[in-house]
Amino acid sequence: MELKEKLVSSFLAFENSVDVDAYVHDVRSDAFKIFEEKGFPTKKEEAWKYTSLNKILNEDYSVFPKQENALEYKDVKKYLIHDIDTYKVVFIDGKYSSHLSQTTHDGIDVCLMSAAFSKPKYRLVIENYFNKAASKDSLTSLNTAFSSEGAYIHIPKNKLVEKPIQIIHFSTGNESALMLQPRNLIVVDENSHVQIIERHQSLTSNAILTNSVTEIFANKRAIVDYYKIQNDNSNASLIDNTFIKQKQESVASVHTFSFGGKLIRNNLNYYQEGERIDSTLKGVTIIGDKQHVDHNTLVHHIEPNCESHQDYKGIFGENSTGVFNGKIIVEKEAQKTNAFQVNNNILISDKATINTKPQLEIFADDVKCSHGCTIGQLDESALFYMQSRGIPKKEAKALLMYAFSNNVLSSVKIPEIKQRITKIIANKLGVSIGFDL
Amino acid sequence: MSKYTEDDLREELKTKEYEYGFYTDIESDTFPNGLNEDIVRAISKKKEEPQWMTDWRLEAFRAWEKMTEPEWANVHYKKPDFQGISYYSAPNSKPKYDSLDEVDPELLATFEKLGISLDEQKKLSGVAMDVVVDSVSVATTFKKTLGEKGIIFMSISEAIKEHPELVKKYLGTIVPQKDNFYAALNSAVFSDGSFCYIPKGVRCPMELSTYFRINQAGTGQFERTLVIADEGSYVSYLEGCTAPSRDENQLHAAVVELIALDNAEIKYSTVQNWYPGNAEGKGGVYNFVTKRGLCEKNAKISWTQVETGSAVTWKYPSCVLKGDNSVGEFYSIAVTNNYQQADTGTKMIHLGKNTKSTIISKGISAGKSQNSYRGLVQINSRAENARNFSQCDSLLMGNECGAHTFPYIEAKNKTAKIEHEATTSKIGEDQIFYCNQRGIDTEKAIALIVNGFSKEVLNKLPMEFAVEAQKLLEISLEGSVG
Repeated sequence: MELKEKLVSSFLAFENSVDVDAYVHDVRSDAFKIFEEKGFPTKKEEAWKYTSLNKILNEDYSVFPKQENALEYKDVKKYLIHDIDTYKVVFIDGKYSSHLSQTTHDGIDVCLMSAAFSKPKYRLVIENYFNKAASKDSLTSLNTAFSSEGAYIHIPKNKLVEKPIQIIHFSTGNESALMLQPRNLIVVDENSHVQIIERHQSLTSNAILTNSVTEIFANKRAIVDYYKIQNDNSNASLIDNTFIKQKQESVASVHTFSFGGKLIRNNLNYYQEGERIDSTLKGVTIIGDKQHVDHNTLVHHIEPNCESHQDYKGIFGENSTGVFNGKIIVEKEAQKTNAFQVNNNILISDKATINTKPQLEIFADDVKCSHGCTIGQLDESALFYMQSRGIPKKEAKALLMYAFSNNVLSSVKIPEIKQRITKIIANKLGVSIGFDL
Repeated sequence: MSKYTEDDLREELKTKEYEYGFYTDIESDTFPNGLNEDIVRAISKKKEEPQWMTDWRLEAFRAWEKMTEPEWANVHYKKPDFQGISYYSAPNSKPKYDSLDEVDPELLATFEKLGISLDEQKKLSGVAMDVVVDSVSVATTFKKTLGEKGIIFMSISEAIKEHPELVKKYLGTIVPQKDNFYAALNSAVFSDGSFCYIPKGVRCPMELSTYFRINQAGTGQFERTLVIADEGSYVSYLEGCTAPSRDENQLHAAVVELIALDNAEIKYSTVQNWYPGNAEGKGGVYNFVTKRGLCEKNAKISWTQVETGSAVTWKYPSCVLKGDNSVGEFYSIAVTNNYQQADTGTKMIHLGKNTKSTIISKGISAGKSQNSYRGLVQINSRAENARNFSQCDSLLMGNECGAHTFPYIEAKNKTAKIEHEATTSKIGEDQIFYCNQRGIDTEKAIALIVNGFSKEVLNKLPMEFAVEAQKLLEISLEGSVG
């Protein structure tokens, strides 16, 4: 059975099984209609020109996992940032694992979407924020239609959350193929500050398709730091849709580290709805094999005096494919906007491909906007210089590649993440040197 | 004039009427509106074409019927009614002239108004002109000089009769009949155009040029240009357009094919100044053009364009760098004002080894216009050591216009080096202040800055054309370019 048909027939059963709040019910039904009408995106759509979903949609995914599975902390410890104290929201095959998680209601809410949907005390927040930032494209709508579980984070006014929050999804391979649709809602009120780490990890080689949607609301002067670590195994695919709505003077940054997975598509959308907003989008992609990573970003400058900074680095080996599609829209009212976008790529294999499309759409005249994009190789003379000083070629290459991606790493504010990423990079490049020389 | 500000400039731009809007009254021999196989056959018959040409057109027409208009471009307009256009119109009194004296004086006056009277051109600039008024060439000059070198420069309908082997061999090889909607339409109904062949090792001694005009009301213009530079030859080709003022939208769908064989070089320069519509966005020409060149080994094709006219422009001069060491260049200035929309850029397809391409695109938007750059740089897996540099700069005047960039970059080879950069800015107040401080008034300062902004491209135009290009920039951005 085609995946779409399967989803269509599952929807009714799903709607009956969950306790339905009238508001959420309407949102889900409307979203489902959109998906039913549009279906999965194809290469004919401009936004999906370089990424085909065909090869991942063929699997016979089970939409609802049948049985729950438990994991021991020691088995999955390595996938967590464990050397610092953090709040954790952990899901196993889409189901919440209270055993591995550490949530809180102490001043801030770090808990579950299922609780937020069902309990009356969250009702106002859900009605004010749920599905208010998400776009109406087919995959996001599909997630909305099936939204039932995920992380719910609400930071009230004037709170500095001292510990980072980790949102982690494990899949155990209980089903031969599994489709997950986590839905996260993050609301950060005035003057508050939060750091969030998100990771999707498959523990077996069974096929996984994750279609995740995260909505983030950064209210006045809020600061949000978001880190996405994508280092999954070669049969796991991820479609990550993130929507960030910022109010005046807020600062939001998203760092995306893509090192593994079969197909990764990151849709990252920023909407600036106030003045003097700062948005940062950064990413490092290092992939090989037949992997495919697609970064699709949108920064919508709606009000004056805002800034956005984008910096995406990619290193592509073997048969891998990289896509970068960055769009900056500057509306007529958004005078004095500063919008920058850089995309640098290195191809290290003859069979690797990079497709990049940095777009600017500008309707205001008093702006500074620039984008730059390069595709090149490692500098031969720099390599020679290091080799002549006794650094073996492999290490010299690794050093250059590390230096290449360092611009992105340097703005990571949690040292433990930086270390972790550095280790993954060293691993990826097959060297044992630590880069924090 | 010291109080001359950008606002004044904007005001002037808004009110500036199209200077070249006039209409020459020459009796035309026009076909009924509409398009079907009979019309295609009739056009072919009218032009006394051989059977293979008629078949070729019909093949294109059948393909066209199945195609739909492309909608991906960043332009919005009322679609032309393809059945409401007459597909053939030729000046009625069409004798074969030997000298300019015999040419319809009214027509000559037209050219004089444009400031490019044939006599003047002939005497002063040494430019051979293949003048095309409403699709049929009425005067060809300097044919003899060119003939001595073995250069063939004539209208394409003559070439079909006189050099069928060349036309048959190359026509449609670069832009196939089914390439796109407008190319198919053009292939089916093209009325005339220019044909140029430079033999082996010959350096064309003068700039070849043609002038296109849309004259008869409601007539679409479908030009077909084919330039072949044989091994080791060089040619510089100029194309310029002006069209009379009209209220209904006119359609222009041209196809240009360039073939540069081993070691050859073609330089193709365009100044486009079709009627852009009035300040309210009424009228104006739709310009949907397919231009493409093929480079064999060590060959070079250079496109230079100054786009100031047309209500809607949809144009991507491209280079297919097939041979090793071949070079493609694209230099463009696109100026849009009032309600004009331009979606223009280039495609550089790198197939051969050590191929190089350069793209310099300058967009200037004023009034309520929209100006887009859309380009593709494609490095195929066998194109070792391919190199590309692209630069797209936009200048915005006023906050009602828009500038957009859509660069597509596709690399499939690890030795590729690609750089792309784009900036958007307005004329800085500090820049103007700096000039004012040194005694340069604001008007001149703006002129200086805009001139400097587009200098890289203007410099690429041949001397004979640079003057005209400046003139057209002046009309589009009066007061800013000096």
